[in-house]
Amino acid sequence: MPKKIDREKIAAEVLAEKQREISVSEFFLKNRQLLGFDNPKKALLTAVKEAVDNSLDACEDMRVLPEISVSIKQIEGSENRFKIVVEDNGPGIVDAHIPRVFGKLLYGSKFHSLKCSRGQQGIGISAVTLYGQLTTGKGIRVFSKISPKKPASFFEIHIDTKHNEPMVVKHEKIEWENKDHGLKLEVELEGRFTKGRQSVEDYLKQVAMVNPHAHIIYVSPENETFEFVRAINNLPVEPKEIKPHPYGIELGMLIKMLKETKARTLQAFLQTEFCRVSSRIAKEICKKAGLYEKARPSRIAVQEAETLYKAIQKTKIMSPPTNCLVPIGEEEIVEGLKKEVHAEFFAAVTRPPAVYRGRPFLIEVGIAYGGNLPTDDLVKVYRFANRVPLMYQQSACASTQAIINTTWRNYGLSQSKGALPVGPAVILVHMSSVWVPFTSEAKEAIAPYPEIIKEMKLALQECGRKLGSYIRKTIKARQQRERASLFEKYIPEVASAISKLSGEKREKLILCLNKILRKEYKIVKNAEEKEEKHSKG
Amino acid sequence: MPKKKKRSIAKDELKKFGKKLADDIKRGKNPEITLPVRALSNIIFDKKECKLVLGENVAKRYFFNVAHAKRFLQTVEIASICKRLIDENKHASLRDVFYMAKRTIPKTKINIVDQQSESDKAIEDLELITNCSREMLHVTANKNGSVAGNVIIEDRGDRIDWSKLGSGGWSIPSVTDEIEFKKVKAKYVLYMEKAAVWERLHEDRFWEKNKCIIMSSMGQTTRGIRRLLQRLYEEFDLPIYVLVDNDPWGIYIYSVIKYGSISLAHISGKLAIPGVKFLGISADDIEKYGLQRHFIKFTDKDINRLKQISQYAWFKNNKAWQRQFKKMKQNGAKVEIQALSSKGISFISEKYLPEKIKSKDFLD
Repeated sequence: MPKKIDREKIAAEVLAEKQREISVSEFFLKNRQLLGFDNPKKALLTAVKEAVDNSLDACEDMRVLPEISVSIKQIEGSENRFKIVVEDNGPGIVDAHIPRVFGKLLYGSKFHSLKCSRGQQGIGISAVTLYGQLTTGKGIRVFSKISPKKPASFFEIHIDTKHNEPMVVKHEKIEWENKDHGLKLEVELEGRFTKGRQSVEDYLKQVAMVNPHAHIIYVSPENETFEFVRAINNLPVEPKEIKPHPYGIELGMLIKMLKETKARTLQAFLQTEFCRVSSRIAKEICKKAGLYEKARPSRIAVQEAETLYKAIQKTKIMSPPTNCLVPIGEEEIVEGLKKEVHAEFFAAVTRPPAVYRGRPFLIEVGIAYGGNLPTDDLVKVYRFANRVPLMYQQSACASTQAIINTTWRNYGLSQSKGALPVGPAVILVHMSSVWVPFTSEAKEAIAPYPEIIKEMKLALQECGRKLGSYIRKTIKARQQRERASLFEKYIPEVASAISKLSGEKREKLILCLNKILRKEYKIVKNAEEKEEKHSKG
Repeated sequence: MPKKKKRSIAKDELKKFGKKLADDIKRGKNPEITLPVRALSNIIFDKKECKLVLGENVAKRYFFNVAHAKRFLQTVEIASICKRLIDENKHASLRDVFYMAKRTIPKTKINIVDQQSESDKAIEDLELITNCSREMLHVTANKNGSVAGNVIIEDRGDRIDWSKLGSGGWSIPSVTDEIEFKKVKAKYVLYMEKAAVWERLHEDRFWEKNKCIIMSSMGQTTRGIRRLLQRLYEEFDLPIYVLVDNDPWGIYIYSVIKYGSISLAHISGKLAIPGVKFLGISADDIEKYGLQRHFIKFTDKDINRLKQISQYAWFKNNKAWQRQFKKMKQNGAKVEIQALSSKGISFISEKYLPEKIKSKDFLD
């Protein structure tokens, strides 16, 4: 009666049979929205984004001006399959690392470091490999060249979805003509090509805006070529890596660090693993926590870690250093806007660094106004975190809130309550930080911490004032023109009346009056220019 | 002054005005009109002559100045209209002139004048510029006054007997310079601001019983009436008594007849009648006849106006008047002439006026 025995089996044991390890890849399949692959349209964009962000970071690490080409081609005979090719002139990747970079999820150099880099925002290029593999069955193809003297490498990589391990399908040395160093990857995936907002073109345009040192060429599936030219020949300053600040650490992370540290005493742990912790501060923390300062970090139990965590919060610690932040720069933002937005006025503001929860950050704002921009629409907002465009969830973003809460009427734009301003303007908001706080895993909206909103508002106001004075000036000039045209309309009337009174010829009077108008108008104009110069000085 | 000569004076003055502007323009100068300032700040009370005259402050109006351009245009446009009227020997009312000037400048949405007050102001300016009265520029005002009394006049060849004109009386034209008095049998002239009061007195044949002339307008006294009053005062030596409401506006009507008005200070020589006497309603009348029951509370506007008037140079040092203003302020309310009717419909003609005139209870 084996069946009976089955029935008598203990429930927990039955359930236990069902419990098994979930591979990262399976997790990915069920939670693709976390990684930016919610729908085919976004998947195409995310794939390009991961590749381009990596390329820009790599070029900057090597201190070389980025030359990036992106091409998307529709696979013949299929409506929703695309082949993406991204090539850069970065340092390339050594052979030993290539399989894991492209074929193992959650593998990378950037996740643990506190450094202003683009990379922390994505799950990494391996997610693209996986997505391509899941939707087309094909792996990623990688070309890498690390030196002009060495031959290039070619890899074709799949992911073993069960064990989250790379599978190298093909590896060979090849010749890569006319290339000193760089990386090229090709991936096929299911997607949907669109134009306009939230398209690849829109994304690259925004990338070009805040990376005026990059040269990007994009060939779309419709075989259109877009070139985003380089406007600045200086690379951004290399970001410095910093240690975490005690205020910015969470309990779980603290426990992990306690376990992994090489320091032998608690005091040494605090001093070496964190920034801004001197021996005096370290002792103070230990005292407050009631812990022996020579205790072994690894032996501090969960219970004690929590008291340590609380003691840290109670201790006064200096703000973290801010030299780890890399602003784009006011001049660079203006240049970036100038080449991507057709407007007549540009201004930018870089705020001094500030701190939220022990993490340094810095806000920059740029505004473009006038020109071909539509007059009756809401202003267009471009949001960036560490030079990466944020394409989705605009309304949830701290920057949107900051813009709405700024009184734009003071600066010459109209605005209804609780809405973005209306006018021919583009507003750019950039946040640079070693750790940008996002509202959700999709990493598309900056969390509205009060300190961040405050800094954003200050930057917007400062930039707004520049805009306001420009708008007032143009209005003044327009009024001047209107005045002149008013006189032009009055002249024939005044001339005929005076002609009737005096008997002078009307035409002659008109002629003379027009002469005076030109003279007088010029005088007024000069006076105004002088006034402007004066106010500038 | 013969008619023809007058016409040519105005015509010459307008031409002179036009020539001056044309010369400015030909010399490349921003054309300008110089005008005395017509505001209280530039009004001087001439104590000797007992009338208001314009001071020496002048304002310049330039064409090439955004703030002035439109009024400049209005002034020259109205001047050319006046010239045409004189050339064609036609007269036009202020309203006519407004419509003659009201047109849209080609290819714009701008009207030369939008409101009659604009063309009226331009005409007042032209009086100052040319030193000719409105009438000389062939512009007339609406007639809005009535007169009755034992008087015979001749106007444009018609004989008119002011005692035989039924219930309406003779309506006073806007130009009264040219009428001829044939017979004047009266001891004084009674002028009142209310047409309704005039009708009451006329019905009661007040002018016949008291051997006087009764005259009224509706509200502000027109120039035609003021000129007529002045001629009766100067040519026939008739005293002139003014009957108005007991409020700042009534007092100002009296003030204008006596001293001239602020906006027309430039022609006060022709219109002011320093001998005019204020008959009522005075603050003392209110007490004497118990009119407190008919108080109408002052508005803020009334109070401000009272304050202004009490500060005018010609009232400032007049003790009797300051006493009146003080009482008026204390009352905080006005009393209309018609309040007298509460004593009986003909109380005004049978009791109030005869008593006042007999006892010479006037203010000066």
